[in-house]
Amino acid sequence: MKIKSSLEGNTLIVNLFGDIDHHNTEIIKRYIYDNMSHSIKNIVIDLSGVEFMDSSGIGMILGRYKEMSEKMGTVSLVGIRGNMERIYTLSGLYKIIKNYDTIKNAVNSLKL
Amino acid sequence: MNKMEIRFDAVSQNESFARLAVSGFLLYKNPSVNDMEDIKMAVSEAVTNSIIHGYDDSGTVRIYCEIENDALMVEVEDYGRGIENIELARKPLYTTKPQEERSGMGFTIMEAFMDKVCVISQKDKGTKITMYKELK
Ligand SMILES: Nc1ncnc2c1ncn2[C@@H]1O[C@H](COP(=O)(O)OP(=O)(O)OP(=O)(O)O)[C@@H](O)[C@H]1O
Ligand SMILES: [Mg+2]
Repeated sequence: MKIKSSLEGNTLIVNLFGDIDHHNTEIIKRYIYDNMSHSIKNIVIDLSGVEFMDSSGIGMILGRYKEMSEKMGTVSLVGIRGNMERIYTLSGLYKIIKNYDTIKNAVNSLKL
Repeated sequence: MNKMEIRFDAVSQNESFARLAVSGFLLYKNPSVNDMEDIKMAVSEAVTNSIIHGYDDSGTVRIYCEIENDALMVEVEDYGRGIENIELARKPLYTTKPQEERSGMGFTIMEAFMDKVCVISQKDKGTKITMYKELK
């Protein structure tokens, strides 16, 4: 698992690479927590470099959504596809968290 | 018939190993990418459940696979806490660990990605998940 992040205004963009399973969600959670600040209102989670994700990833994304909602902020996803998309649909996550094809589109939609 | 059996510590580092071991075993059948991805997903769910829910501290997970013609059977077994109400546990969104950011989707995912999923469990004895899939 590799993680990178950058700031775009008050949005934290987190790029994930590799597999997202229960082992790695603990690492991702801690990473996001360590890179969080009061001024950050939105998180964009970029999954285009992710090869595998199971229900642990769904739980981790939902957890960030709950935290950001308390701050009146949002969580958006980029690059969900294949089996990741199937569990995103199956779990109902798609109803509350949007998926974009590019980071640019995700960030732009936050400016509207 | 071709068989494979592994046992490993119930620790989260072994989740990726479990997925790779089962998919590696299947390789000689030249499975489709879709089948391979589906099986990895289901194995990951069952193994993660054994690690998170089966044991409070240390324990062992056993995986046993059989291939007969194009039919795959995968068993994922632990010797831990067991499931008291299997019917309830299999319901979508049901989880006993919401505080740990679980979504209660594991069983639903196993059922969606495999042809058939059987659960045998006994309190304080352990849990055995048996999954079947016809390789295309
Ligand atoms: N091997 C096991 N040993 C003991 N209890 C289990 C086991 N597997 C599942 N359970 C019980 O069944 C419930 C439902 O499992 P399921 O995998 O569907 O959801 P979850 O693991 O709680 O959440 P998620 O899989 O979405 O992260 C669990 O919360 C747990 O109480
Ligand atoms: Mg589970």
